[in-house]
Amino acid sequence: MSEQQEPVTGIEVPIYLKYNFTAGAGPARFLSQVKKGVLTGQRCPRCDQVYIPPRGSCAACGVATEEEVVLSDKATVQSFTIVSIPIPNNPIQPPYIIANLVADGANISFIHLMSECVNEDVRIGQRVQAVWKPEEEWDYAMDNIRYFKPIDEADVPVGQIGKLPVSGWKG
Amino acid sequence: MPESDSESEILNQAFELGYTYTRSTGPVVGRFLTGLRERQVVGNRGSDGRVIVPPMEYDPGTAEALSEFVDVSEEGEVVSWAWVKHPREAHPSDQPFAWAMIRLDGADVPMVHWVQANREADINTGSRVRVRWAEETTGSINDIAGFELV
Amino acid sequence: MRDIAIVAFHQSRAVADAGACNEVEMIMPVLNEVYQQVGINNAQDVDFVCSGSCDYLQGAAFAFVAGVDALGAVPPIKESHVEMDAAWALYESILKLRMGHADSALVYGFGKSSPGELPVVLSQQLDPYYLAPQWIDTVSLAAMQARLMLDQGMLTERDMAEVVSRSRRNAMRNPAAQLAGDVSVEQVLAEETYLSPLRKADCCPVSDGAAAMIICTVDKAREWGVPYALITGIDHRIETHNLGMRDLTDSVSTRQAAEGAGVGAGAIDVAELYAPFSHQEIILSRALGLEGSTSVNPSGGVLAGNLMMASGLSRIGEVFKRVVSGEAERGVAHATSGPCLQHNLVTVVEKA
Repeated sequence: MSEQQEPVTGIEVPIYLKYNFTAGAGPARFLSQVKKGVLTGQRCPRCDQVYIPPRGSCAACGVATEEEVVLSDKATVQSFTIVSIPIPNNPIQPPYIIANLVADGANISFIHLMSECVNEDVRIGQRVQAVWKPEEEWDYAMDNIRYFKPIDEADVPVGQIGKLPVSGWKG
Repeated sequence: MPESDSESEILNQAFELGYTYTRSTGPVVGRFLTGLRERQVVGNRGSDGRVIVPPMEYDPGTAEALSEFVDVSEEGEVVSWAWVKHPREAHPSDQPFAWAMIRLDGADVPMVHWVQANREADINTGSRVRVRWAEETTGSINDIAGFELV
Repeated sequence: MRDIAIVAFHQSRAVADAGACNEVEMIMPVLNEVYQQVGINNAQDVDFVCSGSCDYLQGAAFAFVAGVDALGAVPPIKESHVEMDAAWALYESILKLRMGHADSALVYGFGKSSPGELPVVLSQQLDPYYLAPQWIDTVSLAAMQARLMLDQGMLTERDMAEVVSRSRRNAMRNPAAQLAGDVSVEQVLAEETYLSPLRKADCCPVSDGAAAMIICTVDKAREWGVPYALITGIDHRIETHNLGMRDLTDSVSTRQAAEGAGVGAGAIDVAELYAPFSHQEIILSRALGLEGSTSVNPSGGVLAGNLMMASGLSRIGEVFKRVVSGEAERGVAHATSGPCLQHNLVTVVEKA
């Protein structure tokens, strides 16, 4: 019992709280389309920007984004980083690439993985396309897309990123 | 897995948020919790001489740092109470019980803890109660596994 | 010192479950309502924005940052947040205006409590060494407070039921209320106890929703050309976290805040009190020195619907509405935070 003689200087007080998360009406519409293998953005009625994934409002104008816009699953690299350190609980082995991607037809980027690429060749403006999981695995989640891989299309000039139509970049 | 309500498209996902903190006690709280580990309830004396249990680091009236520790009894009296008919999952008892403000003998300020009682009618303001010590005491407020009616 | 005018207020309907709506979708309609009341487009048209909310309610870290998406914050705006009821966001905004750093401010609060178990979530705001590890919920603490008063003959269960009955009846005229109806004292007393000595009717419901207000200088209010009321006093006080050291049958902090806000300087036509439990309305009425001539909680108060982190602001808004409509000349609004009325804010609103 000698250890019992040490005065208490700290306590462990784990807190676990249970919640039921709700996606939001705007995000729910988006996720329901993702489950069908379709990427949809939502357009701001005031400034015309198209958001993906939509959160229910145009953050720039503060108004609801009601109009749905079907987007391409082709995108352009807006920015990226090569992750070289393992992240706890992440099954993906480094080095791997996380990129800010702008889908054709959208103005705002989202974050996803890149693969089937030479890490050292990844660059801003590079064209990529979604590699989807098998349809039977689709759920209400962006990881229905396993990752994006480079495609054989000309790079988009930096000034044009986020300004392409749904039909994509013609070079 | 999320559940979809096709009409209103409400997507829900249950989740648990965990904050697995450890906390430094400091000398005053540490003294109290060390006491509980030894199955002794310790208070301290406030600026006006009242004995406060559990002890406070500073007097709420004068902001004076408090240091005079006092051992108090593990028996005391119910000052107020609330009867929990339907315990919540987080509560310390899965049977109906009472939360109570308990003034221990030798203390002036009541402490908040819970009291085991079979029926609401068994407990009253003024009821005498005694600490039920946990089988294993570790230096936690829950070393007091509730109070029992004397 | 510059006079502060309230020019707009709106609260969403208090609902048990806002369903699919996320925080942005809950806030936006309320903001649009107050923008329309003064004829502006978005938060770009005010000098300062301050919100009140608590991320623990829905378990979404930085939900208050997501809330900024409702504002139109491009280009960047001057924005602040309190992890408290938005009544304290109003307090911060008033300081900003009084210092001359802004001429107008948007204040809003929101709470989506339905995703969690609110009384249990709130147990974690208590002392982290002595109370939080016991998971004592806030309803139980209020029940012990009520019993102290019952035991000491400071009120009766009938007094409490009268508060509930008046709330339900007043709420019938409040389109934002969650609980309303022609409920008699006898009907309340016939209900079995829920957390003895409290009946369920003695406790406010858990609600989702948001509230927003626009304040400004008197010059700005004239420029906008909208009716306004004046905030002539505001103050707040907090008591010790040690419940055993407090006199739970009184609200010393409310009394002090009321003195600081100048409540006693004139008659009080209307009072909106943030009393989540029926007995607390009685404690507050006494601490504020209210008399029979004051209409207490004409909106039904929070027993009719409690938007955590917004209901305090709503009390001020409810008084504003009645002053601007001419129904009252001078009113008092009260906001609270913490267990058993620990922290209290008192605002005086007067006819311009």
